[in-house]
Amino acid sequence: MSLLREIRFTLNGVARQVSVPVTMTALAMLRDVLHLTGTKYGCGEGECGACTILVDGRSVNSCVMFAVDCDGRQVTTIEGIAADAQWQPLRESLVEHGGVQCGFCTPGMVVQASHVLSRDPHADRQAIKRGLEGNLCRCTGYKKIVDAVVAVADAGGKVAP
Amino acid sequence: MSPVTVARQSLIGRRIPKLDAPEKASGQTRYIQDIDLPGQLHAKILRSSRLHARILSIDTAKAAALPGVHCVITAADVPEQRPIGVNKDQLPLKTDRVRSYRDEIAAVAAESPEIAEAALGLIEVTYEDLPPLVDPRLSKQPGAPILHDRAADNVAMTFTYQNGDVAEGEAESDFVVEDEFSLHYVTHCCMGVSGVIAEFEPSGNLTLYSNTQVPFLHKREFAELLGIDPGRIRIIQPPIGGGFGSKLDIYPFEPICIFLAKKTGRPVKLVFSREEEFLASPTRQPVILRLRSGARKDGTLTFRTVRTLHDNGAYTSWGATTPFVMMQTFSSLYRVPHCDYFTEAVYTNNPYAGSFRGYGNLQATFAVEQHMDKLAALVGMDPLDFRLKNAQEPGEVTPQGMHFKSCGFKDCLTIAARRSDYADKRRQYEAERRQPGTVKRGIGIASMLHVGGGAKIYPSDGCGTILKLDDFAHVTLITGASEIGQGSETVLAQLVCEELGVPLDAVTVVNNDTDITPWDVGVHASRTTFIAGNSAIGAARKAREKILLAAAKVTNLAAEQLDLRQGAIVRSEDGQLLMPLAKMLRSLHFSDKAELVITSHYYEPPSQHQDKEFKGDVSAAYAWATQVVELEVDTATGIVRLDKVTAAHDVGRVLNRLGIEGQIEGGIVMGQGYALTEDLLVEEGVCRNPNFRDYKLVTAPEIPEMDISFVETQDGEGPQGAKGVGEAPAICMAAAVANAIENATGVRITSLPFTPERVYRALRAIED
Repeated sequence: MSLLREIRFTLNGVARQVSVPVTMTALAMLRDVLHLTGTKYGCGEGECGACTILVDGRSVNSCVMFAVDCDGRQVTTIEGIAADAQWQPLRESLVEHGGVQCGFCTPGMVVQASHVLSRDPHADRQAIKRGLEGNLCRCTGYKKIVDAVVAVADAGGKVAP
Repeated sequence: MSPVTVARQSLIGRRIPKLDAPEKASGQTRYIQDIDLPGQLHAKILRSSRLHARILSIDTAKAAALPGVHCVITAADVPEQRPIGVNKDQLPLKTDRVRSYRDEIAAVAAESPEIAEAALGLIEVTYEDLPPLVDPRLSKQPGAPILHDRAADNVAMTFTYQNGDVAEGEAESDFVVEDEFSLHYVTHCCMGVSGVIAEFEPSGNLTLYSNTQVPFLHKREFAELLGIDPGRIRIIQPPIGGGFGSKLDIYPFEPICIFLAKKTGRPVKLVFSREEEFLASPTRQPVILRLRSGARKDGTLTFRTVRTLHDNGAYTSWGATTPFVMMQTFSSLYRVPHCDYFTEAVYTNNPYAGSFRGYGNLQATFAVEQHMDKLAALVGMDPLDFRLKNAQEPGEVTPQGMHFKSCGFKDCLTIAARRSDYADKRRQYEAERRQPGTVKRGIGIASMLHVGGGAKIYPSDGCGTILKLDDFAHVTLITGASEIGQGSETVLAQLVCEELGVPLDAVTVVNNDTDITPWDVGVHASRTTFIAGNSAIGAARKAREKILLAAAKVTNLAAEQLDLRQGAIVRSEDGQLLMPLAKMLRSLHFSDKAELVITSHYYEPPSQHQDKEFKGDVSAAYAWATQVVELEVDTATGIVRLDKVTAAHDVGRVLNRLGIEGQIEGGIVMGQGYALTEDLLVEEGVCRNPNFRDYKLVTAPEIPEMDISFVETQDGEGPQGAKGVGEAPAICMAAAVANAIENATGVRITSLPFTPERVYRALRAIED
């Protein structure tokens, strides 16, 4: 067993304190220690985006981040986005536009799309495509995912808090 | 007070979001990776580090002694194991010989995946190398290493199909073309990696949490493998992170996980890493294909001669059987009086191919549709006109015995061509080739034929349904059909709503547990909407009849005068509300012999098993499509950029517009990857790029504009007139891209994929 370290961070708005091996990835901590399984393992090397989370407002592939590096930070996962009313239009738009098929990439897409829209609530189609470039989807051909995010951007990104 | 009237509402053809999309969009869906059972152990597999070798010894003592390890097994520990696969030519755990780098030698069950992985590193294997065989062209050469005793010539499978007399056809030809086409390895890249959980109950019954696309067939296969009664195996299918055909066969990891569960008496979970997914899951069938085709001066096709060599790899999975589908395209996409087809799949030490969306048809269409362009040029016809002259029409029975009862092929051709302005643009781009500038534009057309009404490959092509009505007018649809993300659960619910006049949220679909669901042959061959849809409609119509008969008694009207609309029983002629459906069902529920559980099945669709010559009407309906691709080729770099795809699909009838668009868009982009970016590099039997950094999937910024039209031919046998569509959209893309590159540059490339390097070399005639 590798060396354990205790870390404190804010996870989806709630202060957490966990003890994790120093070799553990943030993805493994979320899934195996904290049992938040919405964040997915797709490749383990930061190439597919299925494990996208937000760390201090930046989007990160949690499979290539050490769990211990969450110490002192604000971490948001799909579970946080799902419970956040301001992102309800985004989630509904994904559903209504048919941007979900097998759904395995969807949590990462939703987190990444929320990040793109946070940065630019009026992002245009091209900017949205670029923003989702790091998230692979094998089912939809991306069009309906992009359409869904564009529709939310056209509507002003997110509802007023 | 005037009576309340209720209008008939139909969900057919509307844009219906997938029923499971909200939970998927909030991360709540639990895939196999997300399921953990109490007491569960984690398994890992040790794979061969040699391409082709005799196993001299395996020492597992150190691994077994590692704290946290519960069990280490090799072939010696599971004498009961039996061969698996299409040819039954491999054991899950290899005994004395390995034939590819992915070969399974030993497996560990441990407290954690990390401990299991560490244990693998402690297993010591000694090998004696054997001469490798990695070029299928050499498999039948004298002196080639023999990979399986049962196949002394290294031939795993052959297919022969003939109609007419190609010599006669050639004699009648004014123009003959011949080319060799080379189709590469690609793989499914499901976003959810493969996994399985096996658990034995104290009774000895096995529960398997599996991503399989064919649960009922696998029940039987696992039973044979374990030597137990199939009735003692329950397969639960959690939501699947992508299928595309990859889960149609049993692969060694599944029996290995079962053996470990049996040995340890604990639930055992085995999940691949992405690297393992690339190395140890099936590929699309690589093919070397020689096609010779002819036509008369008037533009009539005369013959086709096809010789293909399939690299079977070390063992045989479904890839070897793709000729079933390939020969249909050669014999029957167009009217060809003479056809001679022969395929040989030969063993090598390479990876082996499975089934993959399109099932050989991408490869066949790539060749046929390039020859259609070449012959059109020789005849001096526009490629569209040449295709229209030879295209199949409704009512045709082809020499292979396929009967096209509904056929919108010519409409697909004309609509896709018109909407893309194909004819004018083709001439314009050809004329512009010699103008200055390195960026050339091109447009290309290709069409396809695929089964759209099931495929009678197995003894049955059926699907069962159980439909349960509760006393609140809620409907539970229990179907044998598997949901793999394609949206079958939503379409099936829509079809039930159509018959019973209930809202969509009144229907629950149960489709994932073999102890509950009725039999189905599995999700493959674009069959689910057609077969499971007809089955669901059958059950719903029985329920409807029962309800209307009961309502007739209460209302003193004839059943024929009644209708079910919006959760109510109404008078058909004016829609007058007679009573809520729930009230009727409640009264039925508490009466004698209510029998509100209704069963139905769709055994069999009106299709035929093919005879030994592969002749017969194998599907109850056939799907057609034309896709036109517009692109740019940068002749300085060889980079091809896809701008627009105009697709016209004969889908019979659109049931869920949102779902069918999603299938077509996803298929187009998968086809784009096959044509342009995806390339599983297998060198000397070694996969060189088992990761998403080096295996390039298409990303969001690279997708083309997509213009999709539907040709609704209202198939007489289809559910509400619909035909299957799942595989169709991926099939034409590579062929259309090849034709567009030729239009842009004047250079025809017959090998895939069209990477910048290959295009650049071809443009400079230094193709390797």
